[in-house]
Amino acid sequence: MFDYYLGLALRSLRRNKVLTALMIVTLGLGIGASITTLTVLRLLSGDPLPQKSARLFYAQVDPYTKDGYEAGKTKPQRLIAYTDAMNLLHAHQADRQVALALTDARIAPLRSGEHPFFSDGVMTTADFFTMFDAPFQYGGGWSAADDESRAQVVVISDFLNDKLFGGASSVGRIIRVNDHDLRIIGVLKKWAPQPRFYAQELGGRSYGDGDAVFLPLQTARAANMDPTNDDCWAVADITKLETAPCIWLGFWVELSSDAEVAAYTQFLSNYAQQQIALGRFYRPEVALSDLMQWLRNEKVVPDDVRLQAGLAFGFLLICVVNTVGLLLAKCLRRSQEIGVRRALGAMRREIFAQFMVEAGMVGLAGGLLGLVFAEFGLWCIRHQPAEYAGLAHLDVHMFLLTFLVALVSSLVAGLLPAWRASQLAPGSQLKAA
Amino acid sequence: MEIRPILASLRKHRIPAILIVLEIALACAVLCNAVFMIGQRVVDIHRSNAIDERGIGVITVDGSDPKMASSDIPRNLGRLRGIAGVQAVAVTNTVPLSNNNWGWAFGATPDSRFNDAVNISAYFLSEGGDKALGLQLLQGRFFSSDEYADSKRGSMPLVDTHVVIITQSLAERMWPGQPALGKVLYSKPLAYTVVGVVADVLRPFVNSQKAWYSTFFPLSPDGALSYYVVRSAPQDRDRVVRQAQQTLSELNPIAVVKGHSYTDIRERYFANMSSMAWMLVLVCVVMLAVTAFGIVGLTSFWVQQRRRQIGIRRAVGATRGHIMQYFQAENFLLSTAGVVIGMGLAFGINLYLMQHYEMERMPWYYLPGGAIALWLIGQFAVFGPARRAAAVPPVVATRSA
Repeated sequence: MFDYYLGLALRSLRRNKVLTALMIVTLGLGIGASITTLTVLRLLSGDPLPQKSARLFYAQVDPYTKDGYEAGKTKPQRLIAYTDAMNLLHAHQADRQVALALTDARIAPLRSGEHPFFSDGVMTTADFFTMFDAPFQYGGGWSAADDESRAQVVVISDFLNDKLFGGASSVGRIIRVNDHDLRIIGVLKKWAPQPRFYAQELGGRSYGDGDAVFLPLQTARAANMDPTNDDCWAVADITKLETAPCIWLGFWVELSSDAEVAAYTQFLSNYAQQQIALGRFYRPEVALSDLMQWLRNEKVVPDDVRLQAGLAFGFLLICVVNTVGLLLAKCLRRSQEIGVRRALGAMRREIFAQFMVEAGMVGLAGGLLGLVFAEFGLWCIRHQPAEYAGLAHLDVHMFLLTFLVALVSSLVAGLLPAWRASQLAPGSQLKAA
Repeated sequence: MEIRPILASLRKHRIPAILIVLEIALACAVLCNAVFMIGQRVVDIHRSNAIDERGIGVITVDGSDPKMASSDIPRNLGRLRGIAGVQAVAVTNTVPLSNNNWGWAFGATPDSRFNDAVNISAYFLSEGGDKALGLQLLQGRFFSSDEYADSKRGSMPLVDTHVVIITQSLAERMWPGQPALGKVLYSKPLAYTVVGVVADVLRPFVNSQKAWYSTFFPLSPDGALSYYVVRSAPQDRDRVVRQAQQTLSELNPIAVVKGHSYTDIRERYFANMSSMAWMLVLVCVVMLAVTAFGIVGLTSFWVQQRRRQIGIRRAVGATRGHIMQYFQAENFLLSTAGVVIGMGLAFGINLYLMQHYEMERMPWYYLPGGAIALWLIGQFAVFGPARRAAAVPPVVATRSA
């Protein structure tokens, strides 16, 4: 029976080429726009470390003064001061803990005559690589002892290794960063989690390439490398950020159970109380957000991307309404044919099925065209200046979703016309003919 | 024109009529909001910036030794002045729209901090910075040579001077309705007296209404100064930037030196915004086209369905004009119903967006604007089918079906 409906649908679609083409193009445009924007939205709101994000937490304590503070209303600052980072790090109350800041690393050329260049750097502590699952191609990270002894070591990214050493193992080689010689102890495999969750609030971009160099925090500071972002609550010597009244570090912990999360939150509260007692803190608020919550707090997905998705779905809705109208026009024009089929014994249900098959075919064709439009849309986005531009690609999920959206929208669009068609009384149509 | 027969006929074809109304309503709602968003972005992209945007080139020198600043900077500036066509040079800590913000909070009273302080951006200028940037003085004066020479920074976030020049917007924010000259900006323990007010200059990082809260401080050669500003006639600019970049790069081999014209800096800053605006334009155009084709499709079907009625009307004396008018009036009625619902919907969407996004209230005139656009689209779309209807010969009435 289905074959027969397919045949009927094909014949009917061919009979009225302009109307059919109009329906397919309309639906294709709506679907193309929706899939393009949805792909970008999904990409940007994705989980950067799906295997681990539930166990990673961002910790906040607030060293700011009573100025501007309203108890219960003021949220804790989004970065922490060096003193607190070190205290929390050395307390070892979590499975792993990491303090970090971003920096611009000036890398000297290996050959004379070339120009030095800036690369994105991360100043951090030993647990960074194990905690964030950063994979090594050669060598490995540094130890907590290296942190304390300000070891002159550095971990570099795959792309920096390719650029400087042509991809060969560079472990043991020396590079000059901000006029200090550092020994390479590890080379990462390609590692660029999206969004760049660890860079939030630190002055880095939220999407795009990974960082090029990773240095022990104290080593980097001893080499006068400054954090990209710092925030001071009083006038002070900003070259001595370790003691200045400034916040400039992010602090992450790894916790493996709810009990540990509760315990760590309690630990942070106790820490804040203790600092208040010491006269260092005024504000008791602390926060501990898991990775995805932190990204939501940070509103990491640009508003424009969500607006675009909303707009595209509004547009799809218009396209569906349009298709309803055109399908209705088509099927009412065929009242006589329906009358004849009904008189020859076709049930209402069968007429309904026939028209739904026709709608479904328009949907599939629209989906196919939508896929073309979506690929084109994503190509356009890849050529935009946005930092996430290079990431915009259609994956298998979105490919399948395209057809799902196409089929659902065309069947929804087909419901009303098919129902109307099945309600036609055979008698009156035959008489009129 | 008699409306009642149109209404009667619409009542008989309720579903297609409702569909057209719905489509127009949705299109109107989306159109109003999209055009409003485009408008907002166009306003943002064209924000005024009272510096000589067309004549300025900016060369950044990053990573030179800050301890050598006091000798390097005069030497660098001297060499830049030697480039043919250069009218003025200076070095600053950042430039408008560079994304490199030097922010601080100031209050209007000695004790204000955080609560009532205003976040501003600080520009530190080397001597001649006003001329190199092309600042436009509205009141007071620029800094004197002594003020430049006496101002040091060391390792502090702000400079050790007692004078400041502020923008007009900031002056109005700090002391509304009062002259700003001679007033003092406080940030314990620092205090700066306003000696000049300049036309609005953008901050390095622009957001919302506070885009022009900029301040200017004099500064003697210092490690914080790394943005060399060279000003020339617009036609010389690109060559001057190239030469300046080469000169500075030779003078500072360990530093990373990059040169751009200011128009490039501005364009790059707003690139995302303008591509979003173009995307919105594209959506609007395609959406209107889809709506128009939808109306064409449905009306054509309608005309075909009513060929007999049209024939009868023609046979009993209606002119072609009457038939055309009939379909045009019908479309006008449907469009009107559509835009009335659409305007309500547009307003609702705007309210929702205001709650969930950084969106302002849509000015009222966007609503009638969208309505008129859709009326026109409707009339335009119905023209073809209506003409075909008018072409139906009266003889059709005599044939069966």
